[in-house]
Amino acid sequence: MAEAQKNITVADLSTACPNTWCPGCGNFGIEIAVKKAFGELINEEKIKRENLTVVTGIGCHGKIADYLNVNSFYSLHGRSIAPATGIKIARPELSVVAMAGDGDAYGEGLDHLVFAAKRNINLTVIIHDNRVYALTTGQVSPTSPKNFKGKSTPDGSLDKPINPLELMIIAGATFVARAFAGDAEFLREIIKEAVTHQGFAFVEVLQPCFTFFNTYEYYRGGVYHLENHNPADKSAALEKAREWDYSDSAAPKIPLGIFYQVEQPTFDRLMRE
Amino acid sequence: MKELSILIGGKAGDGIRQAGASIAGLLNEFGYWIFVYEDYPSIIRGGHNFSIIRAAAEKILAHEEKIDILIALDQQTINKHSRRLKKNSLIIFDSNAVKADGAGFALTEMVKKNNLPPIVRNTAVLAVLAAILGVDFFLVEKVIKSSLNKKVEENIAIAREAYDLAKSSEKKFTLSRLDNPARQLMTGNEALAIGAVKGGLEFYAAYPMTPVTAVLHFLAENKKKFNLQVVHAENEIGVIGMAEGAAYAGKRAMVGTSGGGFALMVEHLSLAGQAEIPLVIILGQRPGPATGLPTYTGQGELLFALHAGHGEFPRILIAPGDIDEAIEAARDAQNWAWQFQIPVIILADKHLCESAFPANPDKIPAEVKAAKLWDGQGEYRRYLWTEDGISPLAFPGQVGAIVKSDSYEHDEDGITTEEAEIALKNAEKRIKKAAAIEAELKKKSLVKTYGDQNSQTVLLVWGSTKGAAAEAAERLGCRVVQPLVVHPLPVNELAEKFQGAKKIIGVEGNASGQLCGLVAAAGFKIDAKILKYDGRPFTPAELVEKIKKII
Repeated sequence: MAEAQKNITVADLSTACPNTWCPGCGNFGIEIAVKKAFGELINEEKIKRENLTVVTGIGCHGKIADYLNVNSFYSLHGRSIAPATGIKIARPELSVVAMAGDGDAYGEGLDHLVFAAKRNINLTVIIHDNRVYALTTGQVSPTSPKNFKGKSTPDGSLDKPINPLELMIIAGATFVARAFAGDAEFLREIIKEAVTHQGFAFVEVLQPCFTFFNTYEYYRGGVYHLENHNPADKSAALEKAREWDYSDSAAPKIPLGIFYQVEQPTFDRLMRE
Repeated sequence: MKELSILIGGKAGDGIRQAGASIAGLLNEFGYWIFVYEDYPSIIRGGHNFSIIRAAAEKILAHEEKIDILIALDQQTINKHSRRLKKNSLIIFDSNAVKADGAGFALTEMVKKNNLPPIVRNTAVLAVLAAILGVDFFLVEKVIKSSLNKKVEENIAIAREAYDLAKSSEKKFTLSRLDNPARQLMTGNEALAIGAVKGGLEFYAAYPMTPVTAVLHFLAENKKKFNLQVVHAENEIGVIGMAEGAAYAGKRAMVGTSGGGFALMVEHLSLAGQAEIPLVIILGQRPGPATGLPTYTGQGELLFALHAGHGEFPRILIAPGDIDEAIEAARDAQNWAWQFQIPVIILADKHLCESAFPANPDKIPAEVKAAKLWDGQGEYRRYLWTEDGISPLAFPGQVGAIVKSDSYEHDEDGITTEEAEIALKNAEKRIKKAAAIEAELKKKSLVKTYGDQNSQTVLLVWGSTKGAAAEAAERLGCRVVQPLVVHPLPVNELAEKFQGAKKIIGVEGNASGQLCGLVAAAGFKIDAKILKYDGRPFTPAELVEKIKKII
């Protein structure tokens, strides 16, 4: 029987697979934050490396499955959360982290996301939200602002964006946070909190798409960290979640941090009682 | 009298299914072999429900068109079913609700007088039937005690009153008691569930859908006993996604659905093909297209199940036709799924799933064959290329193994690639696996025959149609050939079982003759087809008439 490796580094958590994200892609920030968070959680003995299992959908985000040297299930578009749920129910001792893009989680597979939150199944979902369909070369996504001019909406999109934080708080997630891919250190902290949270942990990551929807400047001018906020207060969490509704505005105020966190019985535990 | 068919009918909500089960229980206690057919529309209240309970001295696997006793709890039962009556048939009815000639008793009044709810009419009518058939009252009492858990004493009292009343009636229909112990009665759905457990089932996910909803009910009810995780997921896509996650994590998983739900699962079926995830799917057929006839039967999904899923990948399709075959199919499906890391589809149908048959599940042994596992040596590669196309399995949680499953074409480590050379090798791996599957299946007899083995007239059947066909063949002296696995088709064994055939008649519950097409493509000549596609199963008498017209 092999021995579990000690002192895991970022290199240990990386495969030799060549990276094919565009230069400047927000996914790089997410990748480094994820690797650092995983490494620290393993080294701090909060999780076991062999138990760490990542499930991804299809889209730019999904490539992270190939880049992470951990157990992974590279699923279908929109379908990372259902297999992640099955893995957790089957083997509750595993630390399951599902990743999805905005088209993936809020479009193709929204049903699974809402139900995972409703069940409070003990897994972490990290959304790489670039607010555009990038791998299919630039179309409107569920979180694109209204009037988004993509290849499928050349005259501008007609509908308003979904506010994922509001949706998740209402659906029953017991951990709801938002971070920015341009601030990998903060994201790393949030991911560590999410993975150690007992229950359904939802992390929305604002991820600029350098090629099809470059939002770096927009976010840099608008994001701020939540302070003096009580995450156990659902009304306050909703109020903060509504402060920015994913629409375009000249001077956005975009809070980042843990909006909501409460302890509630998890689905996987209740199933075994 | 060696055989008896009873039809009991009423409105949805009258408890007809339970009443039918009690009648079956009574005749079972009386030593008869039982078959119960349930016919009901997709509504909870109103409409018309009926059960046909056929009891015979010999083993039977089908109900008949004509009946000996018609039990009517409402007038519609008379209107709809008097065409089924024979010259000597008897009608038993509630004279407060029905006008008819026969043995009428004021059952509604009797129940009302005792301050009991109308559903208790079913108990009264069971007792009336027992009195008319000459079945001892203690057997009625036994059936009531085993089927009810509330107001048992009150029901026995009503039964006594109805029994005494009917005993003095002139209408008698004597049935002789047979010297057989009562057998366990079981539906196809229970058999599929029990078979899966015998094959090591650990995880079942489903979304309710007729005709396989009862598999979910049965496994949820018994999850502690069988040490299972059972999930009712948000939809069929969630169902199959969860099951694939569970299988990736090392647990034997199964899902159950019908055509519409299976349609939703198809993308994930293809994922199982690419990522090599072991998975069993029960596909309980009912007539489509779309919502079709949701509570009726059909065999229209063979080609759908065969071709479902984008891309080319190996699979096995099993088509059980009776209770023993259902148990074995669900058990073997697990073992084959894990041996070859493939999806295995069990083609059941409403007629198999919801009909009740005598069963002896204990005589079919449990069998959990170990899958090919990683030996823990060296670096683990999920998709290692091997001689037989089967890569050793490891699961998350194993120290030293990084287990990477991938829906893209991938290298041996499970890392995505678009290299032509690797894509080719993987496609060939899937072809190799298909060959390994065919070789394995040849080890087992997968084609059954019934009737006269030397007859030159052969009925080619699959699934539940076997029941009616076997009996029709007995009566006409012809031969029945039934492949249990319909893909990959056991061609050599079919050739053996067809030997000496002059006329092969395909009998199927669909409009095009789907198995006929596959068997013809394998090089056999199909001379005629008898097809039924009105949502109703074949009966032996009906088949006898249709076969006579051909031969």
